[in-house]
Amino acid sequence: MTDLLEFLSLRDANVRFVVLGTILLMSSASIVGTFTFLKKKSLLGDAIAHAVLPGVCLAFLLQGEKDPLWIMIGAFITGFISTIFIDLVVRKSKIKEDTAIALTLSTFFGFGILLLTYIQKSGNASQSGLDQFLFGKAAALVGSDLYNFATIAVILLVVVFLFYKELKLLAFDPDFARSIGLKVNLLELLLTSLSVMAVVTGIQAVGVVLMAAILITPAAAARYWTDRLPIMLVLAACFAAFSGLSGAYISYTLPRMPTGPWIVMVISLIAFFSFFFSPQKGIISRWWQIRKYRHAIALDNLLKTLYQLTEKEARTDKWFSFEEIIRKRFFTDKQLQHTLQKAKNKGFVQCKNEQVYLTAAGSEKGQRIVKLHRLFELYLTEIVKLAPDHVHDTADKIEHILTPELEARLEEKLNYPDKDPHDAKIPR
Amino acid sequence: MNDLLIIITASLVAASCGLLGVFLVLRKMAMVGDAISHAVLPGIVLAFLFSGSRDSISMVLGAGLLGVLTTLLIEFLHKKGRLQADASIGVTFTWLFALGVILISVFAGQVDLDQDCVLYGEIAYVPIDLWITDSGINMGPRVLYIAAINLLLVIIFIILGFKELKLTTFDPQFAGIVGISATTWNYLLMGMVSYTTVSSFEAVGAILVVALLVAPPATAYLLSKSLKNMLLLSLLFGLLTAILGYALAWQIEGSIAGAMATVAGVIFSFVFFVQWTKRIFAKSYSKKSLT
Repeated sequence: MTDLLEFLSLRDANVRFVVLGTILLMSSASIVGTFTFLKKKSLLGDAIAHAVLPGVCLAFLLQGEKDPLWIMIGAFITGFISTIFIDLVVRKSKIKEDTAIALTLSTFFGFGILLLTYIQKSGNASQSGLDQFLFGKAAALVGSDLYNFATIAVILLVVVFLFYKELKLLAFDPDFARSIGLKVNLLELLLTSLSVMAVVTGIQAVGVVLMAAILITPAAAARYWTDRLPIMLVLAACFAAFSGLSGAYISYTLPRMPTGPWIVMVISLIAFFSFFFSPQKGIISRWWQIRKYRHAIALDNLLKTLYQLTEKEARTDKWFSFEEIIRKRFFTDKQLQHTLQKAKNKGFVQCKNEQVYLTAAGSEKGQRIVKLHRLFELYLTEIVKLAPDHVHDTADKIEHILTPELEARLEEKLNYPDKDPHDAKIPR
Repeated sequence: MNDLLIIITASLVAASCGLLGVFLVLRKMAMVGDAISHAVLPGIVLAFLFSGSRDSISMVLGAGLLGVLTTLLIEFLHKKGRLQADASIGVTFTWLFALGVILISVFAGQVDLDQDCVLYGEIAYVPIDLWITDSGINMGPRVLYIAAINLLLVIIFIILGFKELKLTTFDPQFAGIVGISATTWNYLLMGMVSYTTVSSFEAVGAILVVALLVAPPATAYLLSKSLKNMLLLSLLFGLLTAILGYALAWQIEGSIAGAMATVAGVIFSFVFFVQWTKRIFAKSYSKKSLT
């Protein structure tokens, strides 16, 4: 605990650099990543991340020292070339996008590895540290790195802010953007440049291989909590910053632990949590909603069936056996038990000795469903002009979702009818 | 002699990858192959831990399991989680790769694996990593056997399942009608891809294996109109990649795997640009002949 306080107080200059550096990198990269995610081009970021490696090595070979500016320029150039190459291959041959991306990232990366091993064998003393680009060196960020990152992060944020509306259009509706006279090609170039810049800085924290996670995963997680772009951007940045902080903290307390992979681990866990448990889009909540809806429909169907039975036989006792119900409409045993229990709890039916009795409240609800069903059947034959033997299935689905307002309008349109197409009475 | 051993091993690896990669490229699953090659890492580390050595069988099992799990997870996120396809691939493989690197750090003492080996393998050590039987007979390089068995199994897989692979690749609906399950063959193929990734892992590393899986088939795809032709050409380009790659690495004393990937990319670019310029010339010629 004291560790955590000590860490969060940022008293230690090294900790301060690492924490601020990773937070800046992570959040600015994730904001750019949100736009590429929305354009469904996330894997392009992965290709760029791999393709900057030869640029880093070439810059070092030409310059002969580890000058961060030259290395960034070199990385930017090969990263950019890779996107052009992918685009060219997809447009000018029958190769599909996935193959073009996989091909480019692996061969550029292989070329980078070749150069890296060449530099290592050539024995240049100052080369030590080039391989930090492979897995990142978040734990070893120093003051000068921080200034570089801060500059780039600010540039990224300002550009995104200035071109917010254009980038938004580009992500959601490029055709419309083109039709109102925006230069879509230039905008795509801008987004690509932003991605390359984000990658070039980001790889210094988490390395080439895991960079894709920072572009993709925060955006994917944020998508599950909101439908609004500004909120999504803020959420993605927060998730990314939090994982950067956690990764830095983990390698602060356990120095043997690599920072980059832990950052990715944390952001992935946030993402998986979002995929499963986000209140509206999560897998669990959607599963739960579908289940609830199914049960509601089963209840509707049970009450409808019971109402139809009372109606048909004009019986006064109104006690029905399970067989009678199942003969009228099929339920599995489990379904029937479960739905009956539910109906009993709500006071729609009473049960005794495997016999079911429809109460007044249940009868009212069952009657409404039957009415909606027959009304809609009539609507389909009278207005839509379907044959009477084709209307049952549709009506069977729609009867559960018609609102009282629609019910009133249907009745009005059909002039308050008495009989449905099959000559059954429409109850009121 | 040593050079020859390395070239033979590299050729075997390139051949297996080139043959399987044809189906990845045709099924538009190249990036899934990329994801698998990253995601088998935790499987390899765990297999290391359980078996305590580079025991091939447990490695294959561990990584094969992870490979199929990766495919399942990508599909699950895409279908059930409604996450877009590119993002489900990206999220899955980065997570599993990060897990693998973390496991390597946690068990650094017990696992004889380092991050460089993960990235670009150690094919240069093939000749000195010998398989010596219990009775002390020197059977030759261990990795060579692994690569040879891999190639044999890949060839058997493709010959036995040729009809099924072809149908499920080009017309999955029709395959379904005649009773061939596209899902089953998809998982079988992914299982083979994971197995090949692991077998090639010691030679070329988990990432550069992607270059061998994708580049020769992509080059072959540019030049062929039938599946059989594409398989043969891909095999040919794979072998060419292995030989020229070794020559390049020898020339500049760099990583052999890196050089192979570079050569694979250069061969593709060459074929691509030749075709492209030929098309441009053909176009301007037909324009001229019209006027």
